[in-house]
Amino acid sequence: MTILFLITAVVILASAMMVVTARNLVHAALWLVVTLFGVAVLYAMLNAGFLAVVQVVVYIGAIAILFIFAVMLTGRQAREKGPGLNRNWWAAALMGIVTFIGLAWMLQGWRGFSQFSNALPSGFESVNELGQALVSPEAYVLPFEVASILLVTALVGAVYIAFNRK
Amino acid sequence: MIPLSWYLILAAALFSIGLFGVLARRNAIAILLGVELMLNAVNINLVAFWRYLNPIQMTGQVFAIIVFAVAAAEVAVGLALVISVYRSRKTIVADELDMMKW
Repeated sequence: MTILFLITAVVILASAMMVVTARNLVHAALWLVVTLFGVAVLYAMLNAGFLAVVQVVVYIGAIAILFIFAVMLTGRQAREKGPGLNRNWWAAALMGIVTFIGLAWMLQGWRGFSQFSNALPSGFESVNELGQALVSPEAYVLPFEVASILLVTALVGAVYIAFNRK
Repeated sequence: MIPLSWYLILAAALFSIGLFGVLARRNAIAILLGVELMLNAVNINLVAFWRYLNPIQMTGQVFAIIVFAVAAAEVAVGLALVISVYRSRKTIVADELDMMKW
């Protein structure tokens, strides 16, 4: 378990670094697929099987492919002319490092920081529970419906914005 | 066994890398890739807290699913804007998109 976590963490962080530094955008999008797959492995290790499947289907299957489509539709921009990073990249790197140190410092002061997980109760199926929580009126049916309205609105808006009026 | 802290530190590192990408890249699509990394870091946190604090309550997983939906909406609208801008300006380098600058 520990070995698997460490391998996954190294893969996630290394491929994330490649996403933000690769010059060729198609390569960056493919490295993003590797990162997303590593995150799916983490979900599976955390007993969130449904989320691991959704991560692969929605993120890798739809969002990453959408990125690759957008890179190809914007044609010759894929291999960037000039530097891939802007002039203030050192300030951005400093900002990232400060954010990481700040988050780590804040988390390390929390008393539940290094706790271990309890075993799940016997017969507990996280997929069943999640399905019931999403449609039960006492739980999360309203956020679920709001999310579907948001998706429809966003997709109609995306079609309208990208539509070629000619 | 893995303590909760490992997941939180990993998510913080992933978030910082995504933040660096958003701030430092010149290409608009690359900026959106950085936003995706940040959203994934948040999702790792949500699922880890669900598993370690109170797995009987499904709040963390439901929240993660809402984040999935918002991320999909954000990417669809963002890439549509990028394609629309590319049609009118023939560039998607963020520095050169200055038509709203006075």
